Amino acid sequence: MKICITSRGTDLFSQCDPRFGRCSYFVIVDDDTMNFETLQNPGPLAEGGAGIEAAQALIGLNIDAILTGNIGPNAFAVLNAAGIKVFTGINGAVEDTVVQYVEGQLSIIEDANTSAQHKVNSGSRPELSGPK
Amino acid sequence: MSVRAMGMMKTNTETHMKIAIASGKGGTGKTTVAVNLALSIPDAQLIDCDVEEPNCNLFLNKELERIAESKITVPNIDEELCTHCGKCSEMCRFNAIATLPEKVILFPTLCHSCGGCILACPEYAISGKEKITGIISRSSNKKDHPMLYEGVLNIGESMASPVITELKRSIEPGIPTIIDSPPGTGCPVMTTLEDTDHCILVTEPTPFGLHDLKLAVKMVKIMNIPFGVIINRSEQENCIIDEYCDQENIEVLMRIPLNKRIAELYSDGIPFVEEMPEWKERFTNLFERIVNKKELA
Repeated sequence: MKICITSRGTDLFSQCDPRFGRCSYFVIVDDDTMNFETLQNPGPLAEGGAGIEAAQALIGLNIDAILTGNIGPNAFAVLNAAGIKVFTGINGAVEDTVVQYVEGQLSIIEDANTSAQHKVNSGSRPELSGPK
Repeated sequence: MSVRAMGMMKTNTETHMKIAIASGKGGTGKTTVAVNLALSIPDAQLIDCDVEEPNCNLFLNKELERIAESKITVPNIDEELCTHCGKCSEMCRFNAIATLPEKVILFPTLCHSCGGCILACPEYAISGKEKITGIISRSSNKKDHPMLYEGVLNIGESMASPVITELKRSIEPGIPTIIDSPPGTGCPVMTTLEDTDHCILVTEPTPFGLHDLKLAVKMVKIMNIPFGVIINRSEQENCIIDEYCDQENIEVLMRIPLNKRIAELYSDGIPFVEEMPEWKERFTNLFERIVNKKELA
């Protein structure tokens, strides 16, 4: 399984970041071998829609699950459409979050757990096109 | 002599005068100043450009009628033609389009209507479609004083500027116009201040008030709009705003004291010029001073 953790640093010992759209790095770990690679998140530089940009950067990397703290409706819509599962509740170092995931301590979410730009009532309703 | 008569005798500057009431910090008293100033100028119209939460009418209780809608153009993607190449997503700096291998997801509320995606699409799969994002209303009674115009951004929308642009397009030309701006120094504020003759920056004597006043001063200087400052909730012993204005050679147009009577009237939704005639005179004088300055310039 390839799992992606939102992180403040570039390796397994880095502190995880509870934010999805504006975390600094994605650490992508194979939970069998604990081999990992790191991807810089393009989200923090976005003028708007950071979560959408971050989510798009993760498409096509064969990631099965994302472990994070909070995710907004826009980013969730993209990940959901791409069939990537999202788990929340991470804390500690990246390595610890993998253990939390393997031990089933993280909860899978069916919907965004924070609103767009962290503002109440500003969640947009995305329009989907293409084969459902 | 009434302001109107003076306007007829002098040039017609004051009849065309558009004065915007802005601030850096929110909650400093923009609406208080805008409503009381508009009530103190005969024939004035008041424009509430704070379309995310218009509140002038809380103090005026005018009956409003809908006169226009603000529309923006957002992309419309033809699924048959789309090859999911992702060029539109790359083009969009606001990330309003996400491209997946077999799907395109649009986020219309993030779209700034630049049309870039339409140009970027090599398959000509994107066209524009209209979307209503807000409503413009006006006093239904033509004899209202002041005539009130307000815009309301629809719930769930995030682009205030197109509503403000449409609102400003709907107002009556050639009469004194007081414009209540949204707080801050962002796009909606700059859209509000565009093409105004004078800007009043309302602030309060707190470190936060001063900090945001400095940002607002930078903004109006860049926009090249003449401006002055009103200090609200002013206290004699506290002069941090005065010191800054002295230093920067900025005119303090008025001081509204931290006064219990004014606060009580505010909390009852009553513009204080209605109950305190000396203040009506002060606001009328303030308007005349701004007009005279404009004529001398």
